[in-house]
Amino acid sequence: MAADNAPFVRLAGIRKNFGAVQALAGVDLSIPAGRMVSVVGHNGAGKSTLMQVLAGTLAADAGEIGIGGVERQAGYDVHVAQALGIRCVFQELSLCPNLSVVENTRVVHPGLGGFGWRRRCRALIVEALDAIFPGHNIDPDRTAGELAIGQRQMVETARAFTEAGTKVRLVILDEPTASLDADAASHLLRFTEAARAKGIALVFISHRLPEILGHADEVVVMRDGEVAGGGAARDFTEERLVELMGVVREAASEGGRTETSVGALRVEETGAAGRRLPLRLHAGEIVGLGGLAGHGQRAVLQAVFAAAHGRDGHWRVRGSVAYVSGDRQSEGVFPLWSVGLNTTVSRLRALAHAGIISLRSERTLAEEWRRRLEIRTPGIDRPITSLSGGNQQKVLLARALASAADTILFDDPLRGVDVGTKRELYRHVAEAARAGKAFLWHTTENIELENCDRIYVFHRGTITDEIPRAELSEERLIRASFAAGMSDATGMSGAPDMSGAR
Amino acid sequence: MKQRLAVALEARPWIWSFAAALLVWIAIAASVAGHGAMATIAVALQFGTFYAVVGIAQMLVIAAGPGNIDLSIPGVMTVAGYLAMGMTGEVNSGLVLGLLVGLGVGLAAGVFNIVLIDALRIPPMIGTLASGFVFQSMAIAYSRHSHARPAPLLADFVSARLLGIPLIALVFMALTVLTAFLLRRSIFGRSVLAIGQNREAARLAGLAVRPSLALVYLASGILAALAGILLSAYSGGAALNMGGEYLLMSIAVVVLGGTSIAGGQASPAGLWGAAILLDLVVTMLNVLGVGAGLRFVVTGIIIIGVLALARGPEARY
Repeated sequence: MAADNAPFVRLAGIRKNFGAVQALAGVDLSIPAGRMVSVVGHNGAGKSTLMQVLAGTLAADAGEIGIGGVERQAGYDVHVAQALGIRCVFQELSLCPNLSVVENTRVVHPGLGGFGWRRRCRALIVEALDAIFPGHNIDPDRTAGELAIGQRQMVETARAFTEAGTKVRLVILDEPTASLDADAASHLLRFTEAARAKGIALVFISHRLPEILGHADEVVVMRDGEVAGGGAARDFTEERLVELMGVVREAASEGGRTETSVGALRVEETGAAGRRLPLRLHAGEIVGLGGLAGHGQRAVLQAVFAAAHGRDGHWRVRGSVAYVSGDRQSEGVFPLWSVGLNTTVSRLRALAHAGIISLRSERTLAEEWRRRLEIRTPGIDRPITSLSGGNQQKVLLARALASAADTILFDDPLRGVDVGTKRELYRHVAEAARAGKAFLWHTTENIELENCDRIYVFHRGTITDEIPRAELSEERLIRASFAAGMSDATGMSGAPDMSGAR
Repeated sequence: MKQRLAVALEARPWIWSFAAALLVWIAIAASVAGHGAMATIAVALQFGTFYAVVGIAQMLVIAAGPGNIDLSIPGVMTVAGYLAMGMTGEVNSGLVLGLLVGLGVGLAAGVFNIVLIDALRIPPMIGTLASGFVFQSMAIAYSRHSHARPAPLLADFVSARLLGIPLIALVFMALTVLTAFLLRRSIFGRSVLAIGQNREAARLAGLAVRPSLALVYLASGILAALAGILLSAYSGGAALNMGGEYLLMSIAVVVLGGTSIAGGQASPAGLWGAAILLDLVVTMLNVLGVGAGLRFVVTGIIIIGVLALARGPEARY
């Protein structure tokens, strides 16, 4: 094992802002050669941003980057990182689906050209696959698109460890076991020990806490763009990790939603195959969809929206539905239109007689919602693009509320919105719920779930917990997000599927 | 002041085509020392009407967003022209049948395009190009046994003038105004413009995306058929090459008129400025005695020039 006094990677005071959002607020990280460091944290804690800075795909705003004992921050980019032997295995698989496994290996080794490259690439990738996943059963001449997702993950992982020219010094493994079955995952974890013995440094990102505690040498816990704690993995327990990842706070929402008058059933999951808890939403309710991003919450919202328009058999939706996306560029605003036109677009039917829109009623409606949501613009005729991001998001919320839909679907609508605006919007949501609207609210910010009456927590496409607001705690939320245990409070018996096998 | 002017111009993208048309007309008037300058406008309006009709069709399609275009317009014009003339049988009493069949062809062409685009998921550029060939081939087959001339009533209508202004120009200016009104005030028009800006946002806003797109291609088919019938009537009968130049012209008048090629915004008034401009340019070159080959070159240069002038460097495509 290499000496600890000269770590292979030394990051100090790394800062990164995206607009007004601070993703990294001065992070220090050192990774010794021959050690595996696990970086853990909840959504938006800054793990991915930090890894992108390390891999050179994102430039830090400030901070020091030392690789192999040399300061590198000036001109550090992905090419430099690769030349220094830094490799990444990302969750979003980066194989070209139309190329064979052999050809995909060639893609990352520009130096392997010339006659006989196929033979050389085949030898490299087969050797790596055999070493990491014995009995993998992958034909290297198949195209990547033909492989099952788990096999693709194996190829991607093995490819990162192939060497041609530059030696592999550091491999970033971002959720490498997420799509592997239990057998392949344990093979990989065993292989990391062999790699470490060869002096390769590893960064291991996983949402499976037992894997981290069982295999990593060191743990770094991130929260809100900062390092919240860390140390030798053997000194940590799951409880301690969960505690460090999020402050355990009492559930108390300032909006004062003390009682909820639950009305008629609005949304009901009828084909809950594979889901332990069927989702239900009543009039007047605000129901949160929590858990880590990308674990099926958005799919639920899209399915409910489709069902409301008569295209999904697994959901029964009563009444009309409106959708508010947090991705306003690609799913929200109409950039050539004014604030007013953007507000009223979902309400045109009610504003029209015989298909012709009454401009006067339209103006009245737009003005009303501008006033009610306090949208900051000199007038509703101003272009929507002249508004700040938060105000554009207000317009999208106004559009949904003005549409008079019975149910409103929130797909993380306040992503990147400033705190002041958020508070205002929480108040409007609570008010609309009191008036009988139902909300299905997916958010990646756990604190936002305090505005919900009930929370369904998602893990890998299934609901692992249903938390009434009175029982909401960050700890229980994180536990369910990582499927580390289901609460007894819901009266469910039996543990959720934790094997990770697919 | 300067900024207000810029804003005012940006809100009126059709101004450029009219300004350019005016300049060309002044050039013509100067070179002929004023003789017959007014007549050139009347002629430009006469031919410009055909450009404007296919322009309305193409504008609706282009406004529906990236990827949407109707390249079958020349084929539809030709086959509709032939069938309408043939079914009319050169007599006024056959007009109703002829017009119904001609417009029916346009409707059928629109449905065919919708099937290709919506059901078979073929990109509009390829689907309508292919269907255009099918329609053109049908016209060729039909032309073997029919060379009917237009019914007298229709021929009189398309060349009639009211106070010196071609009657069909007035009729289709009214249709242009109606189109502008529908785009601004109807649910259909709003839907098309919303889809053109951001299709996914339009879907999530609850708009009827697929029906709106279908309507746009239907309208395009019917308007192309109408243009084909009127042009046949004006030219004394349909001809196999009559649609040829309308592929470029339908797109040119849309773009020169100030409609965003990126979709989501339409400029119906500009169609007329652009149509008159393109016709006046041909007149001007004729007056100057320029050969046919060079005329196309100049037309191309003018299209590029007006586009470069009308949109700043930061124009959005």
